[in-house]
Amino acid sequence: MIRTVLTLTALAVGMTSVLAQNDPIATRKDMMKQVGRANGEVIKIAKGDAPFKLETVQAALKIMQDASRAMPGLFPDTARTGGETAALPKVWETRADFNARWEKFGKDAAAVSAKIVDEASFKAAYGQVSSNCGDCHEGYRMKK
Amino acid sequence: MRKWMAFGLLPCLAIAAAGWMLSAPRPVVAAVSRALEQGGDAARGKLFFDAGGCASCHASPGQDDRLKLGGGLDLKSPFGSFFAPNISSHPQDGIGAWTVADLVNAMQAGVSPSGQHYYPAFPYTTYARAKVEDIADLMAYLRTLPPVAGKAPAHGLGFPFNIRRSVGVWKLVNFNPAPLADDPAQSAEWNRGRYLSEAFGHCAECHSSRDMTGAIAPTWRYAGGVELEGEGWVPNITQDKGGIAEWTAKDISWMLKTGDTPDGDVVGGSMKSVVRNMAQLPDADRDAIAAYVKALPAKVSAPKSVKK
Repeated sequence: MIRTVLTLTALAVGMTSVLAQNDPIATRKDMMKQVGRANGEVIKIAKGDAPFKLETVQAALKIMQDASRAMPGLFPDTARTGGETAALPKVWETRADFNARWEKFGKDAAAVSAKIVDEASFKAAYGQVSSNCGDCHEGYRMKK
Repeated sequence: MRKWMAFGLLPCLAIAAAGWMLSAPRPVVAAVSRALEQGGDAARGKLFFDAGGCASCHASPGQDDRLKLGGGLDLKSPFGSFFAPNISSHPQDGIGAWTVADLVNAMQAGVSPSGQHYYPAFPYTTYARAKVEDIADLMAYLRTLPPVAGKAPAHGLGFPFNIRRSVGVWKLVNFNPAPLADDPAQSAEWNRGRYLSEAFGHCAECHSSRDMTGAIAPTWRYAGGVELEGEGWVPNITQDKGGIAEWTAKDISWMLKTGDTPDGDVVGGSMKSVVRNMAQLPDADRDAIAAYVKALPAKVSAPKSVKK
């Protein structure tokens, strides 16, 4: 039984990475949408439209850290165009800077995650991670 | 010889003379009262500076100080490059020697102190609807800001747009500002929001599509438009489903303060600069602008193929 589960899990992980290899554009778009949705829930809290929930904020920060690790690999040379990608050529022109920004995003999310324990610390700290969004989108994402 | 003069040259001269007279720059004031010249409130003026977005075009590019208004930003348009002038308090290179009347004529008639037309890249079509007292307050604030040396480059416009006098003809067709009277059927908040948006914020100048003469087409006002530089789309901000129908007034106000959109994204491009200005306003004024924008009647988005 356990061997079946392990095999299936291995297959699933393998398939995901194969899918990612097969369609990095769809995968990365989906991942960014996840980040956006998670950030959207946090914004609702910041606006006062939803009650503060530590789990919501921490879950969003985890998704951001996961994305920061996975995203750089989803921009191979073979996936510059197509699939309605909004990625600009600059991603590949200044690749080192692009990858470095993902690293910073992940580090900021981890740092902020360690700092946030309640609503007060959330209000004080969250800006450190959310400032990454605009800075990266500005040069690397097509304006809609 | 006489026939040629009667049917050729004289009518041409007459038309040219008429054109010259019709296109003449018309200031709105010869002078303003002493009270306005001397009594402007700089603290009130700061609010109009922030709402009017002066820094977004006039701040010296390549540096972070919004209050350093040396001009020089290159606003690329379908007509060529407009270089925003120096509006710092420098007496020669900026507007340090201007009177309040000079600023009123610039902002509300599009006429320079030397009696020349300004190009409507400077949105005097919006500022024409402001109250003169508010322009006086703005001048008081501008005078507190540091002088910056250096004039901006002259515009780089193609023929025939480089004939400044022709703006006079454009104004005849497209510039008929009506004063903004409060609408008694609407709330005080809505009226305040309308004033801040339609007389200073000039949101429509980017969020609309224009006709061939470069004037905002009424059907497409606020219904979205091509970015000035020709790339990217400035969104429809009416209550159409292609616009921001799903945003609450609170979402709009929050976005103006932080740049956050309700779907977890951030605004980019020129809007970032707008947010920097809007973030300076008191909460109530941002809320008022949001209330006004939230009430914009739904319009189908302008076609994306329409050039600005």
